[in-house]
Formats: sequence, structure tokens, C-alpha cells
Amino acid sequence: MKELYYPDWQIRRILREANTIAMVGASQSWNRPSYFAMKYLQEKGFRVIPVNPRAAGEEILGERAYASLTDIPDKVDIVDIFRRSDQVGPIVDDAIEIGAPIIWMQLTIRNDEAAAKAEATGATVIMDRCPKIEFGRLSGELGWSGVNTKVITSRRSKRIRA
Amino acid sequence: MTDNESKRPQPPGFATRAIHAGASPDPSTGARNVPIYQTTSYVFDDADHAASLFNLQTFGYIYTRIGNPTISALEEKVASLENGRAAVAAASGHAAQLMTFFTLLEPGDEFVASRNLYGGSITQFTHTFKKFGWTVHFVDPTDPENFRAALTPKCKLIFLENLANPGGIVVDMEPVAEIARAAGIPLIVDNTMASPFLCQPFDWGADIAIHSMTKFLGGHGTSMGGITVESGRFDWGQNDKFPSMTTPDPAYHGLTFYETFGDFGFSTKMRAVALRDLGPQIAPMNAFMILTGIETLPLRMARHVENAQAVAEFLEGHEQVAWVSYAGLKSSPFNDLAKKYLPKGAGSVFTFGVKGGYEAGMRTVESVELLSHLANVGDTRSLIIHPASTTHRQLTPDQLVAAGAGPDVVRVSIGIETVEDIIADLDQALNAGARIATSAAAQ
Repeated sequence: MKELYYPDWQIRRILREANTIAMVGASQSWNRPSYFAMKYLQEKGFRVIPVNPRAAGEEILGERAYASLTDIPDKVDIVDIFRRSDQVGPIVDDAIEIGAPIIWMQLTIRNDEAAAKAEATGATVIMDRCPKIEFGRLSGELGWSGVNTKVITSRRSKRIRA
Repeated sequence: MTDNESKRPQPPGFATRAIHAGASPDPSTGARNVPIYQTTSYVFDDADHAASLFNLQTFGYIYTRIGNPTISALEEKVASLENGRAAVAAASGHAAQLMTFFTLLEPGDEFVASRNLYGGSITQFTHTFKKFGWTVHFVDPTDPENFRAALTPKCKLIFLENLANPGGIVVDMEPVAEIARAAGIPLIVDNTMASPFLCQPFDWGADIAIHSMTKFLGGHGTSMGGITVESGRFDWGQNDKFPSMTTPDPAYHGLTFYETFGDFGFSTKMRAVALRDLGPQIAPMNAFMILTGIETLPLRMARHVENAQAVAEFLEGHEQVAWVSYAGLKSSPFNDLAKKYLPKGAGSVFTFGVKGGYEAGMRTVESVELLSHLANVGDTRSLIIHPASTTHRQLTPDQLVAAGAGPDVVRVSIGIETVEDIIADLDQALNAGARIATSAAAQ
């Protein structure tokens, strides 16, 4: 399989311009990875709308959860998918239906077929990346944990979001 | 699929990363060099921010025992030089080693290690690790199959020094990595003697690299430090051997580290549990000194190996020298492996045998004027020691010989002084040592 590559400027632009993230597979349990990501992205100024049939109608981190993407009444900028690669297809179909401009599959998740379908409609697809980790990497925060961000710069780091 | 492959920029070179990785200007002040953050603790914005930090849900600093901006700059720099995913620093190489094993092993677990290691590591593995309930099986590393033969079902890792001192042994890492891979366990390589400039173990299939930064990385003999780097490529979930990575951690309210932190899960676990609970954090001042040292690592290492090669060739022709074990010499049985794994040079630490044995060896070491008689390696200064009576003193006679530290062995760490001066001092010391030993024997 071809190695995925997304230039830093592309990720940075997505994270700067987007406001609302629909998180498919957002968990109600505080110690699950999706909960970590949701809480972090909220702290960075995103509105994160949880999508989780088991939690539909309830609140996660102060936001009402919906059973599916098509139930969300508001405009969505990014669909962030916490689902196994082989279960991504129908979710991407829903993301196309609601017109989400960015479809983002989490770390270890990749579905080239679904991605091609979404890109054919004009959507941008990011796979096998975590928006929290990318935000941390490009803002320098990930380096605080001794992680190799691969960011080399002689300029003072700029905030990704105002 | 988005095809940006053609636009992927060339990654920065080693010397660029030695200076810049992890060390972009301070975001609040613009300070160009990494400041020494001499603080124990960091304020929280509010109770929720504090909770997020303690739960590891957000990135940030709580207490210097588990994280500090000067130290994290150093961690990111070494992770970058090793082409690894993440790193955790420690007060010393020994502390990094202990925390690495503590993160992976449970009481009753076992591991296989090369028998050709730094003497302190052999003692740590043999005696101190026993108190943690871990059992080591030492093997002769010159045949990779020895590692496979020693594996038991309880073995959770393989450990080796790729360039082993004393002995001048270069281990054939690639087949050992394959043996570890087949067993579903990580290969851990102590890369101290080579430094990432001469060898990058992840290129050969290793999963974790450990350094005593006290040596070549710091380079100036000023500051103690150790570090563990993870490649990010080991699948901790492939079997049930690593419950500390793949099962909910009671010390973190049921957090599962591999699932949550993925390819830097091991580092996160090592920091959040081993560093937190064992406590051997490096001082920010030492981290700063080592950061400064690393900036010149490529220049220093190039000179270290150039000088070492010249000194080894000189010693090989000296009438008081019985043998020289430097992998950079054609006479070394490890010369071919050195060309494969250490193409820029076989390090600058090696041993040689003095004719006249223990007495002549000791007297030679006592006769130096420029080289320093002390127990360290990887300094800018040339260093000399008699391992049998110092660094390897705790070993039994059999272990001494097995470790390449027999009675006639002298170890040198060749520095970056003018090479003619190093050679002249060794020449006079060898001749003086032989004279004193001969006259002592005559009486």
C-alpha cells in the first residue's frame, strides 16, 4: 500500500479553518481515546459533536450526541471517524450526504475505496492521522511529551487558531 | 486518494537536526537557544485543565519529575537523531535502562542479553534486576543464533550493545532483530558507543535504543544523562506478552496506553509510570549541557573515529603491545561487520593488551601525561583505564575474560585532541610501563 503523506501546510490549514467536528465513535467513557481527542479539541476552540448510537440524546462533554451524521442539524466542517477500517464505508457515505468538506479517519484507520469515492465528490480526505496529535505536533505541544514532531524551524511557533 | 507524494520535501540532514530538532525558538520569549527551565512545577489554568493534565488528556507540564521544557527539547532532539518516534530522558543511562525494563517486564519475566556489555549493565542485570523478579540469560553475541537458542517462553525482550566495549565487538544486529521479530518481542540496543551519528539501530530492525548521554551525546564529560528512544514500529498488541501496554492500567484509572497513545505509547507509559514512580529525572541544567553538546556531535564523532583509527594503527605496530581489538582494523574479526553497521568509523573506544600482563598494563595507565586516567568514555579528552581493576571489578574472573576485560587489557577512549600528541603520550607511557614492570619483576 502506498504510504500516506499530507504536507504540514495542508493539515495546518484544515485545523485553522474548521470550526465544527462531528466525531463518529465518540465515547462516553473518560479513559477512551476518542474522549481524550474530543476534550483536547474542545480546549483548542473546536465545537465537537459526538456521533454514537448508544449515546444518542445524551450529552458527552456538554454536547448532545446523535445516532448518525445525518441527524446533525448543524453544518459540519470535519467528520472525524473512530471506526475500524472495514466499517468506514457507510459513514463516509453519510459524510458525503451531509456535504462535509473534510473527512478524517483516525490513526490506524484507512479505507482507500471510501476515500476515492469521497474525493470524487470534492471532499478532502485525511487517513491514518489523529487531529489531536496533528494539532499538538504542529503547535509544538506534542514535543512536550518528547515526541519527534519533525518540525524544524528558526521561527517562533505561531498559534494554529487565533 | 490525495497524491502529494511528489511534493514531499527532503527531510533535513543529520547535522541540521543535531542543531535544530526539538529546539525551535522559545514560543513566549523568542529566546533562540533552549532556555534552562529551572522550575519544579507549572501553573494550571483552572481545575479542569489540571484534571486534563493529570489524566494525560492534554499535552503540558505538571511537575519536572515527569516533564520539563528543557528536557523535552533534548528528548525530541535525540528521538529525531535516531529517526525514532519519541524519547524519554533519565538521570543516567542506568536509570533509562531500569525504566525501560520496568515498563516492559513483570515479576517472573526473563530476557536474553549479550554477555558483551558495559560492566555496570552486567551487574545491574545480574544482581539488581533480580530484586525486581527479572532473570537475564547472557549469550555470546558473536553468533546471532545464540540469542534464539536462549529464548524461553517467559522472555520479553532481547538486549545488546551493537558496539561492545571492551572487546571491540560489533554484533550482527539484523539477524538478531529478525529473531526478536519472530518471537514477537522487541530488540533493545544500547547505542551509546556508536552514537546515532555512526549507527542508527532502527535501520537494522531494533525497536528501542538506549543511550548513556553522559558519553558521546553530551560529549564533554560534564553531565550525566540517559535516554530511551522508541521507534514507534513495534506492535505491542500482537500477543499477550506486554500487559502493561495493552491492558487497562490501575494506576491510571483503567487507561490502556497502547490503544490511547499508539506509536508513542511505550514512551508515554515509561514517563507516566516509571519516571513518575521511580523518579530518576535528569536535571534541566544537565539536559541543557547535553543539548549544547549534541549540536557538535557530527563534527566530534568524525574526529573521534579519525583519531581512533590512527591510534589503533599506531598501537598495532608498537613493540609493547600484544594485540589491539578495534573493529576498524583489518586484523579485527569484526572488520566486515563494522563496514556494514559502522561505515563512518568503528567508534573511538577500544582495548589493547599490554605485553607483561596486569603489572605492565597498570603501570602504563599510571604513566600517562595527556590521557586522563578515569572511568568514563566519550569525552573530548582522551581517556585511559584498566578495566579489570576498576569498571569491571565486580565481575568474577570468568566474567572478566568473557567480557573482554582480562588482566592485561587497557581501554582507551580516544578524544579529539591533536592525534600526534595522543600517540606520543601513549608511546612514552607504554615504554615507561614496560620499564617499571620489568624492574619490579627483577627485584
